[in-house]
Amino acid sequence: MKYILLMSGTKAGVETYKAWSPKDIQAHFVFLHELNRELRERGELLANEALADPNQAKVVRAGKSFSPVTDGVFPESKEFLLGYWIVDVETLERAHEIAARLSGGPAPGGGQLSMPIEVRQILSRSSEEFQ
Amino acid sequence: MTSLDQHLELLLRELAPQVLGAVIRRFRDFSAAEDAVQDALLAAATQWPVDGAPDNPRGWLIHVASRRMIDRVRSEAARRRRETVASKEPRQVAPSEKDDTLILLFMCCHPALTTPSAIALTLRAVGGLTTAQIASAFLVPEATMAQRISRAKQSIKASGVPFRLPGPQERALRLRAVLHVLYLIFSEGYTSSDGSQLERPELSGEAIRLTRAVYSFLPDDGEVAGLLALMLLTDARRPARTGPGGELIPLTEQDRALWDQEKIREGVALVTSALSKGSIGAYQLQAAIAAVHDEAARAEDTDWPQILALYELLRRMSDNPMVALSYAVAAAMVNGPSHGLGLLDALDSDQRMANHHRLAAVRAHLLEMKGDRQAAVTNYLAAAARATNLPERNYLLTQAARLQESPTASSIDPGCDP
Repeated sequence: MKYILLMSGTKAGVETYKAWSPKDIQAHFVFLHELNRELRERGELLANEALADPNQAKVVRAGKSFSPVTDGVFPESKEFLLGYWIVDVETLERAHEIAARLSGGPAPGGGQLSMPIEVRQILSRSSEEFQ
Repeated sequence: MTSLDQHLELLLRELAPQVLGAVIRRFRDFSAAEDAVQDALLAAATQWPVDGAPDNPRGWLIHVASRRMIDRVRSEAARRRRETVASKEPRQVAPSEKDDTLILLFMCCHPALTTPSAIALTLRAVGGLTTAQIASAFLVPEATMAQRISRAKQSIKASGVPFRLPGPQERALRLRAVLHVLYLIFSEGYTSSDGSQLERPELSGEAIRLTRAVYSFLPDDGEVAGLLALMLLTDARRPARTGPGGELIPLTEQDRALWDQEKIREGVALVTSALSKGSIGAYQLQAAIAAVHDEAARAEDTDWPQILALYELLRRMSDNPMVALSYAVAAAMVNGPSHGLGLLDALDSDQRMANHHRLAAVRAHLLEMKGDRQAAVTNYLAAAARATNLPERNYLLTQAARLQESPTASSIDPGCDP
């Protein structure tokens, strides 16, 4: 079963990372790198990407003749997608387990983060039941 | 395997397990032998269309794969030790080449492997598909699939499974695992094609080919015959199963003129002969149910009492809530929707089913049959919200929309057989 694990945060939240010490940043990157390696080795990771800073985000809507109309002004409380992982696992429990690992990366000063990770199943195209 | 005609590709894939068996016997290293055989298959796929196929294709492939093995052994600087092993004559009398395919299936479907690993390795080592083809069939990146295959090989190595048929005590259990993997390959291939995946290998056809091979080795096993029959009888409906937009067409609304009569004849003959032999299993019963559907010239000619009786047997045999669900549908078709709805209530308390979209979908169908349109709409929408499968979700949303729009309920379909 394929799931997408969505990591999101507010602009304010993202700003706090910018005050992390190099050591804390490094610890966090090593953590994610190791986790990704583990998921790859288990044959579970299908894709993962990090997204550019929310300050660059734009919302586009169709104007006349599909001309793009952009909006880049967002309230401070808005949640932005920061990155995603697509995994293919045998059970929902395993997807939750991975999400919890992603959520609890190392925080500054040796603590543990608890980022919200949204877990969504990707609809399959094959029928489990025949007709 | 580009630009290779289908005949040649099929020949190579049929030879793949035989060649692998021979190379494993010589070198005693499943994992390396499997890689070497893939190399040999690739070499054949590039050279044969240009130079023509050799007189002895199997011998050619064994020769090329063995040369790869020796190259590998040399480059690993383990030459002396390994070549001594390689030159040893097999201790036991070599079984027939045919057994090799079966031995490989037992190995690849070993319970030590996770199910996705077993599926991937079976398709590569026994089916002769490349990693790229398997990856594209499962819509995952090639690197992910390569990793799964390599882990599967590690598991085989770690579990120390010998390259021989399992003993009589283990055999029934191990055969069940093989059949389950083949069943899963078949159902993975049973997708509604929306035309966006033209390059995907056809997994249902591959599952049928492999099951046919198992059947040729074990023609007296009723469940092997039953599974092959079930696949054929189900696959026969494929041309009628989806509409031009990739939408699901339920059994009762399918254009039966499109069904593949040859597959139906073969499937019916197989299941009939299997059932007459005695020991009845779940695959045979499912095949028998599929046969009853396939033999009805029109949906309204379906022999529902017979289907109900078959589901009753199946229900006694297993504690599968999906069987209980199908039983309720058959009961509704025989005794009326209220009877079926009553049976569904028992499933509400089953943890495995309570939140399953199929329970809500069947309830919606039966409520529609009964004429309770509003409740049917509610249940169709609840089912759509729980669906984990795109064609089914779209189908359920369409059913809800149809009921909300038209003033008269039109079609009635149970939609979940078998």
